[in-house]
Amino acid sequence: MAETVIETDGLTKFFGGRCVVDELDLSIERGSIFGFLGRNGAGKSTTIRLLLGLLEPTRGSSRMLGTDSRALAPRDRARIGYLPEGHHVYGWMSVEECGRFQRSFYRHWNDDIFRAVLSHFRLDRRNKSGNLSRGQRAGLCLAMVLAPEPELLVLDDPALGLDPVARRSLIQSMLFVTRKADRTILFSSHMLSDVERVADEIAVLDCGTLRAHCRLETFRRQVRQITLRHRGGTLELPALPGLLQTFRSEGEVSLTVANLDPASEEALRALPGVSFEEEPMGLEEAFIGYVGERGEKSFFTTDLKGIK
Amino acid sequence: MRLSISTNTGEPIFRQIVGQVSRMVYRGQLRVGDELSSVRVLAEELGVNPNTVARAYQELVQGGLLESRPGRGFFVGERRNTFSDEERARRLDAAVESFLQEAAFLGTPASEIKAALNSKLKSTL
Repeated sequence: MAETVIETDGLTKFFGGRCVVDELDLSIERGSIFGFLGRNGAGKSTTIRLLLGLLEPTRGSSRMLGTDSRALAPRDRARIGYLPEGHHVYGWMSVEECGRFQRSFYRHWNDDIFRAVLSHFRLDRRNKSGNLSRGQRAGLCLAMVLAPEPELLVLDDPALGLDPVARRSLIQSMLFVTRKADRTILFSSHMLSDVERVADEIAVLDCGTLRAHCRLETFRRQVRQITLRHRGGTLELPALPGLLQTFRSEGEVSLTVANLDPASEEALRALPGVSFEEEPMGLEEAFIGYVGERGEKSFFTTDLKGIK
Repeated sequence: MRLSISTNTGEPIFRQIVGQVSRMVYRGQLRVGDELSSVRVLAEELGVNPNTVARAYQELVQGGLLESRPGRGFFVGERRNTFSDEERARRLDAAVESFLQEAAFLGTPASEIKAALNSKLKSTL
């Protein structure tokens, strides 16, 4: 039985009267790379800040490495690496000084890792950090968060603002970290292609609610795109639980569905004079289909808790 | 070994790896006895999750293209048929069926289908 390193239990946060994180139940196992997805304002950063004990939950609780987030002591925090959103650095320090400053807070510091990450991002240690490009700044922040060799790494949108080359370096650094089987990474991202490459499991947060919590493959399998070709006129469809989007064009109806049950699939396949075809979907399309705009949203939030 | 992975194509990454390694074996770019990059190395080179690479290698071992030598790595194996003749015929039939369906949908005449198949056979196998 794998050990759970992050666990939340009905975690809820209100800002004033607005619910930002709603009854979140998450669990993340040791050794996994966990992708945290959601649109802007879905509550990802707030959840991360709650996990780290930087915000008080309104209700519910969370545990990191077995300790309640509100009671994390410095020795627990030494085992957790946190990269906040935005790659902030003190601009008046040089790269070298940033490293030295960060190092002073940690008992353990692997300078080889610090230097390896810097060189991976082609950083000169004498440069002033305020003059670095966005990608280089990300590299510096990553080097500082990796050098203490944390067991648990929490990265809040690390790919934000990075070009494809810097993103690849970021991914390689993440894979480097998980060479040791006991390391766990939680990262939030809008870059679905990056998530598709590295995540074992994903969680999808939408308006503060957890809409999916499953293996990446499961998510891709459960959100399906089906095209029905027919002979013109209007095709009457049976009621479909989990229908996300319908797109009609001449002689064709395109459906995006989550968790299509066998009986409904059978009903679609049995429609007279209609050909049933399935198009493979990438993670990005599946995600857009799943949390994109549509009218019947309230219906689906209850219906789609099913992807586990 | 040069593989290239594209995301958001609808084709899962492990399947892309399986397909590309199979083609390299067919074309002779990888020969019997050649060693493949380790799971770790290939994963970091491609920037993908090591479990994905491991799964692809597993599939290739099951398909009879690779051999796993515990503690040493993965090697291109002697071609052996892991499927019975009937199973092979069934799978080929299913593949041909879906290929012909697509061609029919595009309205391709039989002569063009044959020509396309022949030229593909020459270039890949």
